[in-house]
Amino acid sequence: MREARLGPEEMAEKKREKTCSTCFEVPIGPVHPALKEGIRFTFWVEGEKIKKVDIRPGFMHRGIEFMGTKRNLVQLIYLAERICGICSVSHPLALVQAVEEAAGIEVPPRAQYIRVIIGELERIHSHLLWAGVAAHELGFDTLLHYVWKIREPVLDLLEDITGNRIDYAIPIYGGVRRDIPPEKYPKLKDALRYYRSLVEDLLNFFLRDPSIEARTRNIGILTREEADALCAVGPTARASGLRKDVRQDWPYFTYPDLQVRALTPEDMGLGVRGDVYDRIMVRLLEVSQSIQIIERCLEEMPDGEITSVPKVAALLAQLKKAEGEGIGRHEAPRGEVFHYIRLEADKEAPVVWKVKAPTYSNLMSWFPMFKDQEIADIPIVAASIDPCICCMDRVHIVRGEREEVVWKEELLRLSWEKTKRVASRVTRHAPWGRKG
Amino acid sequence: MKQAELLERLKLSGFKRALWVYHLNTGGCNGCDIEVLAALTPRYDVERFGIKLVGSPRHADVLLVTGAVTRPMYERVKRIYAQTPDPKVVIAVGGCASTSGVFYDSYNILGPVDNVIPVDVYVPGCPPRPEAIIDGVVKAVVKLERLLEGKGG
Repeated sequence: MREARLGPEEMAEKKREKTCSTCFEVPIGPVHPALKEGIRFTFWVEGEKIKKVDIRPGFMHRGIEFMGTKRNLVQLIYLAERICGICSVSHPLALVQAVEEAAGIEVPPRAQYIRVIIGELERIHSHLLWAGVAAHELGFDTLLHYVWKIREPVLDLLEDITGNRIDYAIPIYGGVRRDIPPEKYPKLKDALRYYRSLVEDLLNFFLRDPSIEARTRNIGILTREEADALCAVGPTARASGLRKDVRQDWPYFTYPDLQVRALTPEDMGLGVRGDVYDRIMVRLLEVSQSIQIIERCLEEMPDGEITSVPKVAALLAQLKKAEGEGIGRHEAPRGEVFHYIRLEADKEAPVVWKVKAPTYSNLMSWFPMFKDQEIADIPIVAASIDPCICCMDRVHIVRGEREEVVWKEELLRLSWEKTKRVASRVTRHAPWGRKG
Repeated sequence: MKQAELLERLKLSGFKRALWVYHLNTGGCNGCDIEVLAALTPRYDVERFGIKLVGSPRHADVLLVTGAVTRPMYERVKRIYAQTPDPKVVIAVGGCASTSGVFYDSYNILGPVDNVIPVDVYVPGCPPRPEAIIDGVVKAVVKLERLLEGKGG
């Protein structure tokens, strides 16, 4: 590091050169009171416009990969589950694929279907959760409460199938730990019917509301080229028009039979702009896609075993003998989860375990998104990639010698005021697709 | 816990104000955090009892801490504890906030929370259900009331 050898004054000079001289520096974070984990943003603003942004992650680093190399492979599933509590089945699903490839374990077809069903149920709950957060950031708290209310039935369903609302502990090497007995199908189908009836409402609330449209259209744009160059994944990439989805490009489990197609705003018959509006649209479309996938899985699911190695002791003995490396990929609600593992014979713990979470790829998309946006747009643009890290806790505005601290509430207030401002200007029209 | 019971206990505790809670994630997995939020939304809806999340520790009566404390968060947790006005009650929500849980042997974890700041109420579970979190908050109300009485306030 050449810069480390510079004195403090030279460093300050270099920093001034890097940033624009007329800009104010606005650091935000790392502590955020509402939902997500800590990360620090530094914005350089000129008036209301953001000129430059920098991020400093790492506040939530727990050293999970290091801990993983000290535990046996079954314990590793529990650890993988706790990488993220929201996509808590995505990480284990990627991990079991990696280990199954390394150890050469077969998975019975019924288990594959159950894995897909749990994965898609998780997508529904995660996208609804995100939609609520997005509504909150825009100042529509009624919508936040509505969306979180309709999110509860899917958690009930997951609890009914797996025994827990979050952290389901469902995948195991060679299958799944719990079956979905046929007597639970009607309950599942009822819930799916309930969600199917709500999707149209949700689309109306979010996409046909003139205020939301005014707050999110042409805000936080990520073009197709930028998304490609910055390796965006998941709904962030798809909203920019990239048809990129692990379920489509590298199908696993039963996805090859299900013929999943990556959804972009074009599927709504609209042009791709890659703004926040498009990202809301893609996520809501994916909710109805997930409903379809689960319905098909329920119809096609064969009877049979749910795991190829039912006894954990036998499984551990088999894994201890295994040698090799494997990778596992899963399309989590936020994008591609990637796990790499290397096993050596006579070792209970993996020698190497490497995890790449989707937010890691999507963080870079923030740089073009924030460019030339207003301060009041920070919450919704930051939330629009559905980060597992976010913090609008407090804004520290440094103006020359004077320092003022603006709390997260202030930032939200700015955002809400902007909604009111633009809402008074937009013309109201009846929601589309509503009769009577 | 039943909602009616919660209301009864809130009444019994004699706590006459709306309880304001500051929620701090010190490096957990988000699991507890979404359950804390679920407790606020219509199914559980604690806001009708005046329990409300606030954006600043300076406004809070209760500090609700989730997550095993990571190294970069260590100083910040201490600072936020210092910023919360007395009398205050700290709730550690979740297995890793209470005991470090699955993260017990990491180089970057300095937790559990009671290694850093004094904790009054522990809510176990990974993640605890919203009912358990509400129960923890009610216990905190009782404790807060005792603290207020002790000071004659």
